[in-house]
Amino acid sequence: MLSRQQARHDDIPGAIVFTGAMCRKGYALNQFCMSLMRADERARFKADEAAYLDDWSLTADQRQAVLGRDYRAMLSLGGNIFYVLKLAATDGRSVQSVVASIAGQAPEDFAAMMLAGGRPPEGLPADRRAQH
Amino acid sequence: MARITAGIGSSHVPAIGAALDNGRAGEPLWKPIFDGYGWVRRWLDADPPDVVILVYNDHATSFSMDVVPTFALGCAERFEPADEGWGPRPVPPVIGHPELAWHITESLIEDEFDLTIVNRLDVDHGLTVPLSLMFGQRERWPVRVIPLAVNVIQYPPPSGDRCWRLGEAIARAVASFPEDLNVQVWGTGGMSHQLSGDRAGLINQPFDTAFLDHLTADPDTLRRLTRRDYIVEAGSEGIELIMWLVMRGALGGAARELNRFYHVPASNTAVGHIVLEPADANQSAGHAEAA
Repeated sequence: MLSRQQARHDDIPGAIVFTGAMCRKGYALNQFCMSLMRADERARFKADEAAYLDDWSLTADQRQAVLGRDYRAMLSLGGNIFYVLKLAATDGRSVQSVVASIAGQAPEDFAAMMLAGGRPPEGLPADRRAQH
Repeated sequence: MARITAGIGSSHVPAIGAALDNGRAGEPLWKPIFDGYGWVRRWLDADPPDVVILVYNDHATSFSMDVVPTFALGCAERFEPADEGWGPRPVPPVIGHPELAWHITESLIEDEFDLTIVNRLDVDHGLTVPLSLMFGQRERWPVRVIPLAVNVIQYPPPSGDRCWRLGEAIARAVASFPEDLNVQVWGTGGMSHQLSGDRAGLINQPFDTAFLDHLTADPDTLRRLTRRDYIVEAGSEGIELIMWLVMRGALGGAARELNRFYHVPASNTAVGHIVLEPADANQSAGHAEAA
């Protein structure tokens, strides 16, 4: 039985939570992303992505997600948003376009949604909202 | 004697820093945000503190998944703006206050807050964007800064109530520092935002508004919020709001609101900002002058 302190956080619809299980699953993927914090590593990665990835023990799925820039897949395979954004920065891609792709929306649709006030909190527990 | 004179809460959205750095602060998308911080910029100019204890989170910049400290205090002489993947922000280095930082470290650990001591720390947008919002573009920051990094990325982060009690312990530590220093505590991050998952882009304005209200009206309600409450209501990344409770805890039981600002959006996030002072601020100042 889970104690109060160990309450689950991985069952909230639409919200990925970076639990210990995610950390274990994505450790190599995230540390690969972290390596891109260095300019010389970014250059080496861009020169030959496949060879660079050989140095990291990624699963086949993780490797494919990185090469295909599939951010939704990366997150489901243990990638953490703040780590995979290093890959986006290496590509010169905006945070918002990555976040849009994670939500499964076109960048322009997502941008318009944010300008209109963001995704509304519908579907949140009404009893909770009433308390606030 | 050092004293905590005010607390500030603020979002730390990286795109705000980029807008300022790239000369886009006057554009329609960003101007309302910089205008919204006009009051606090003038207020700080009139009476800047000596030291800011700046509560923020590192976004996979100086800490990787190799080591994840829950609370980490920067004790260095200075902290360089970090290269977050596209070169460091063109902002001044952050000058620390090692004497006070070490005093706080010793006091907190005596007080059973077993934090991590950091002697080398590059600071990312979580720390430098609030400085830019409060002070604008400067040759050097007009305050010394003690960074306090909180883990909000790897679950579980500390509870909001633990953050509040850390703030209380920081207030005790500051009050026992012999030098006469004007100290502020800033809590940064939030407000509601969700980056990871199908619900990305979530903005819960009713929750954000209630959070700002409760900082003065009913802080006990905020202390009782669980991690799950934050994720459900404010988003997986909205849990950064627990860092505001370190600031609020440091102000004591009752606080007065001096100013607030709320705006949607900055990139994917709701921007929230508040300026608070302890309810007994005038009395404390009077005592300090009498001494």
